[in-house]
Amino acid sequence: MSFLEIKNISKNFVNHQALNDVSLSVPEGKIFGLLGPNGAGKTTLIRIINHITVPDSGEVWFEGKKLDAEHVLQIGYLPEERGLYKKMKTGEQALYFAQLKGMKRSEAMEKLKYWFQKFEIESWWNKKVEELSKGMQQKVQFIVTILHEPKLLIFDEPFSGFDPINVNILKEEILNLKKNGSTIIFSTHNMASVEELCDNIALINNSKKVLDGDVNDIKQQFKQNVYDLHFKGSFDKFSASVTADYKIESVRQENGNTVCRVKLLNGTTTNQLLSGMLQYGEIVGMNEVIPSINDIFIQVVEGENN
Amino acid sequence: MNKIALIIQREYLARVRNKTFIILTLLAPLLMVGFIAVIVYLSTLKSDKTQSILVNDHSGIFKESLTDSKTVKFSFTENVDDEIAKKLITEGNYYALLIIPDTISDKRLELISENQVNISTKLYISKLIEKKLRYDKLQSMGVDPKVIDKVNPEVHIRTIKINKEGKEEISSAEAALGIGYVSSFLIYMFIFIYGAMVMRGVIEEKTNRVVEIIISSVKPFQLMMGKIIGVALVAFTQLALWIIFGVIIMFAAQSFMGDTGSVQEQVLQSQNMAPEMQEVMNNTAFNDIVAPIMNLPVFSILFSFVFYFIGGYLLYASLFAAIGGAVDNETDTQQFMLPITMPLILSLIVAQTVMQNPEGPAAFWFSIVPLTSPVVMMMRIPYGVPAWELILSMALLVLTFIGTTWLAAKIYRIGILIYGKKFSYKDLWMWLRFKG
Repeated sequence: MSFLEIKNISKNFVNHQALNDVSLSVPEGKIFGLLGPNGAGKTTLIRIINHITVPDSGEVWFEGKKLDAEHVLQIGYLPEERGLYKKMKTGEQALYFAQLKGMKRSEAMEKLKYWFQKFEIESWWNKKVEELSKGMQQKVQFIVTILHEPKLLIFDEPFSGFDPINVNILKEEILNLKKNGSTIIFSTHNMASVEELCDNIALINNSKKVLDGDVNDIKQQFKQNVYDLHFKGSFDKFSASVTADYKIESVRQENGNTVCRVKLLNGTTTNQLLSGMLQYGEIVGMNEVIPSINDIFIQVVEGENN
Repeated sequence: MNKIALIIQREYLARVRNKTFIILTLLAPLLMVGFIAVIVYLSTLKSDKTQSILVNDHSGIFKESLTDSKTVKFSFTENVDDEIAKKLITEGNYYALLIIPDTISDKRLELISENQVNISTKLYISKLIEKKLRYDKLQSMGVDPKVIDKVNPEVHIRTIKINKEGKEEISSAEAALGIGYVSSFLIYMFIFIYGAMVMRGVIEEKTNRVVEIIISSVKPFQLMMGKIIGVALVAFTQLALWIIFGVIIMFAAQSFMGDTGSVQEQVLQSQNMAPEMQEVMNNTAFNDIVAPIMNLPVFSILFSFVFYFIGGYLLYASLFAAIGGAVDNETDTQQFMLPITMPLILSLIVAQTVMQNPEGPAAFWFSIVPLTSPVVMMMRIPYGVPAWELILSMALLVLTFIGTTWLAAKIYRIGILIYGKKFSYKDLWMWLRFKG
């Protein structure tokens, strides 16, 4: 079931094209990673979903209906460029943003109390924002984003400015939100967190979508018949035996074993590799090398740009 | 709309609670009173100091005519040589030396002093001399001295306006001028202060990066209008507080200084008037101050003031908001500020000429053109303005501020989301044509 459907969106600015015929489908209840190099058009796409800018052509469908201004109330958006009114008191400010999202004052008050308690920041309620550290402000900002329990959450670089402990708290909360049924769009350059959190990803480069789908499917798609072979024995003899059927990409020592990364060529199977290897040493293990999102990102973007 | 109301509320409270607002609101009237007090005090100081003037009168006919006043005191030499008299200035510690030649018709009088002689002293002396000369001349032509005494040159003009029904009203150009000037200056001042406040508010949201969060909940237009209206309410609050303080201070000052009548009497006495005349003058003076104010079109002045105050503010505030949207910080505002502040400053300059001729072509055109009309029209209204001119001017103002608000909203909504770039007029023009 796709929750958000982006159909053939194009957007031009005065001097450049930000999005070129981009179509995406964000499934319900999943975390969707929106990836791409700087300036690829991610922020423009997010702004279109938030109804901040209007596309030149194309449509956005939200829960099976064409996106309109009312849907904005069901979206929680944490922009990359974020901030708060410095001179305003923290609690008052959180209340203000909640009310702008259509919450009643009393309801917002109740929920804010819950979250301030949960994050152990009750004592900040009457402090001005400028008295808080940057990390503290980010926490308040996160609460403001999710407070109205939106169906769709958009996080643009949510972990920037947080220490590792707070990053973990936040990751946990994001997974909780997913468990409670929210659909989450997650845009970041931190590929490790993408691996950890995302179910689906889309990669945008030079204002075009170049890749999208389920994370595992994509990884399968990008694996290149490369295996790590762990063994005890002489590497020199092994390398002397290398034929045109496989190529050694790298060799390293790990826990007293030699680990050799081998790429199989010409339809060679792993069994053939293993049987050829047996005479040179004791095989400890072998595993297929699945490319990381990071590798895929670099491979695709560099391939595109050349 | 509920969200605009929320924004207005926040913008209003954030500013009214601000310490600088509270301090300025309380302090400004006190400062005004302080200034006036200092000026009054200084002017009384000056009049206490008498200037002694040594007169070297070669003609010998002015001894009786040169009468002392509060500030000027005359002493006479025994008709000595001018060089000796000049030395006497420093020896006798005189303020100045007046040299009167034998015959005045062909020679000028000289007033010699170490410092620049002040104008009022100079005028006082020349007035006395002229009076004496006129008297002598008339007498030599055979006019009876009694007749000369009876000619009273003091003239007091009362201006009376006749309305269409033929009823006479006492009008006063001074009262109209005063009210016109105060109200146009207030409008000018508030547009400047509060327009700039809107601009700073927009820039603050941009530099704080808070704007994108708000824009994801409300439309940029709502945010801009909420801010403009919120700041307008702050301006009204400040104006209302000042009026209240002003009234309180006026009453306080009145009970403190005693009733103003005694001051008036002093003034009249110093003009050397007969006591029975004073009574008459007292009454007319009162009438001349209060009656004309009552006879001015009070309702239309008040209505126009509120209208032009709001209209002018909305017009300029939306332009200021657009500038705020187009720049990153206040130092970048200069290039865009000029075309907005120019007509505003121009209108204050034009107001000076309107003061002298409230019905001239300059007054007409500048009170019709929307960018200058709020300030210039207020200058004209106390003198009475034809209804059609007023309606035309107001209609144009409304149309223009709808237009500028629309333009400003376009620039604003694009500008607020772009950081770290400096824009030229060309960029702004592109934004206006941009579908966005």
